[in-house]
Amino acid sequence: MANINELQRISSQLRRDIVRMVTKAKSGHPGGSMSSADFLTALYFDVMKHDPATWTRSGKDQDVFILSAGHLTPIYYSLLARTGYFPVAELATFRQFGSRLQGHPSIAKGLPGVFQPSGSLGQGLSLAAGIAVAKKMDKENNKVYVMMGDGECEEGQIWEAAMFAAHHKLDNLIGMVDWNGQQIDGRVDEVGGVGDLEAKYKAFGWEVIVADGHDFEEILKAYAKADELSGNDKPIMILFKSDMGHGVDFMAGTCAWHGKAPSAEQCEKALAQLEETLGDF
Amino acid sequence: MAKKYIDSGKKDTRSGFGAGLYEAGKKDPRVVAMTADLIGSVKMDAFVKDFPERFVQCGIAEANMVGAAAGIALTGKIPFIGSFAEFVTGRVYDQIRQEVAYGHTNVKIASSHAGITLGEDGATHQTMEDIALMRALPGMVVINPCDFNQTKAATIAAAEYEGPVYLRFGRPAVPNFTAEDQKFEIGKAICMNEGTDVTIFATGHLVWEAINAAEALEAEGVSAEVIDIATIKPLDEEAVIASAKKTGAVVCAEEHNTCGGLGELIAGVLAANAPTPIEFINGADRFGQSGTPAELMKVYGLDAAHIVEAAKKAVARK
Repeated sequence: MANINELQRISSQLRRDIVRMVTKAKSGHPGGSMSSADFLTALYFDVMKHDPATWTRSGKDQDVFILSAGHLTPIYYSLLARTGYFPVAELATFRQFGSRLQGHPSIAKGLPGVFQPSGSLGQGLSLAAGIAVAKKMDKENNKVYVMMGDGECEEGQIWEAAMFAAHHKLDNLIGMVDWNGQQIDGRVDEVGGVGDLEAKYKAFGWEVIVADGHDFEEILKAYAKADELSGNDKPIMILFKSDMGHGVDFMAGTCAWHGKAPSAEQCEKALAQLEETLGDF
Repeated sequence: MAKKYIDSGKKDTRSGFGAGLYEAGKKDPRVVAMTADLIGSVKMDAFVKDFPERFVQCGIAEANMVGAAAGIALTGKIPFIGSFAEFVTGRVYDQIRQEVAYGHTNVKIASSHAGITLGEDGATHQTMEDIALMRALPGMVVINPCDFNQTKAATIAAAEYEGPVYLRFGRPAVPNFTAEDQKFEIGKAICMNEGTDVTIFATGHLVWEAINAAEALEAEGVSAEVIDIATIKPLDEEAVIASAKKTGAVVCAEEHNTCGGLGELIAGVLAANAPTPIEFINGADRFGQSGTPAELMKVYGLDAAHIVEAAKKAVARK
């Protein structure tokens, strides 16, 4: 198991990347990027078996991560750059004309680490399930991870995919929900009423793990539990309870920062709360 | 003299797909078949029986099927997703746009029961808009073969082609008149019958109607060229322009809504390159209704008799 202090230091840098990228681009989605930053840091830096040097879109002989909530490119690109898929300096081109770092993930310009475009919500679980089916056909033991937002679970296709994955016994598929309780128009329980996700995924035939998405000890335990449960004929869902905008006091716990860029002044205030540990891009 | 074509016995084009899928699957272990509760309707039975490990039943959940197919394609396999035309186009347009077209995954959309000749089921199932939808997606190949043999060959060609393909076929038994073991070339128009007075560009089983129309026109002293536009995208523009320049009058015939179909496509190409009088044979901008395929072909103006009239009109406008 990784050193928790080290993971905390990494996620602090990732949050700095998020704030700086979005500020520079004057657009983007910091809120969900910050709520998912800790458990995705653990995934990319410790849990997942992946190798940027030999990576291809086929995902062959590696674990695969699919970002279903495609708007969370700030955290996604920071993870990919900081684990060596492309130069960290390229983060400065986020959302700019000609950049490989498109507003939502794209394969059109060949950004390493990105398997598929995403952005139209609710599609990633199906995609990941398809990859999981293929890995089973090929008798490959690697896992497929996929992350959705909780608001995203309002999309009907998610539940088609949930049914499909359980029916086909995709026990190599590990879903994750960034359960931050917020969506664009307000609180999830006020806007879409996605309800009790734990009971819902259980009812759809999944193993369900609930964990604190900001406590690295719990995060690592959740992944270990998922690993233990895999191979038991059931897909696994980890529901990470999180705070939107976590890590910066004025961005936390509100939907206001779903898709808004900080001003230069707000950026400075935010960065003052996030330690620079790996060097800014 | 108009070339004679012999109907070797009516067959449904969806069975041509089934035969092609089986052959492609036998030849290439990467071929995977997927359906949303319609094995028999889309003629996947033989594939399912002999290659069960490469068949994925998706249940009545087409959106998920498109996404799962993209995932399977990413790993290097060649998934064919089969359902009724409406349910693998309009119902899942955004999924196809993001996962298949923009992601440029090697997914083959096997679209059965297309058009009004689906017949008795009525308008909810009679998709007449699918060509327009699929044509509008960058990088999508759109194929609409004319009979059983050509559909079989086109299916094999789709499996061999690297990239997204929309393959359209139908439910009713229609004349089977092209060569049994033909090789299908994606993007190539096929000249069925040379002529000098008017060109009939037809797609799908309306090619047979066009051939019959050419025969009737010949009896009236009009020499009609018949070109099978089996691949709608990419369109064989060179062949279209050359034939229009040669005959100076054009008819476009398709089982589709007037919006966004073959007619508008060819009109656009000719307007830019060789302005020519054009008459259109299509289902107009309206929904279908229950009836037998033959009744509907007549009422919606898609049969040979209507093509003959359109050809005469086009010639008169020269």
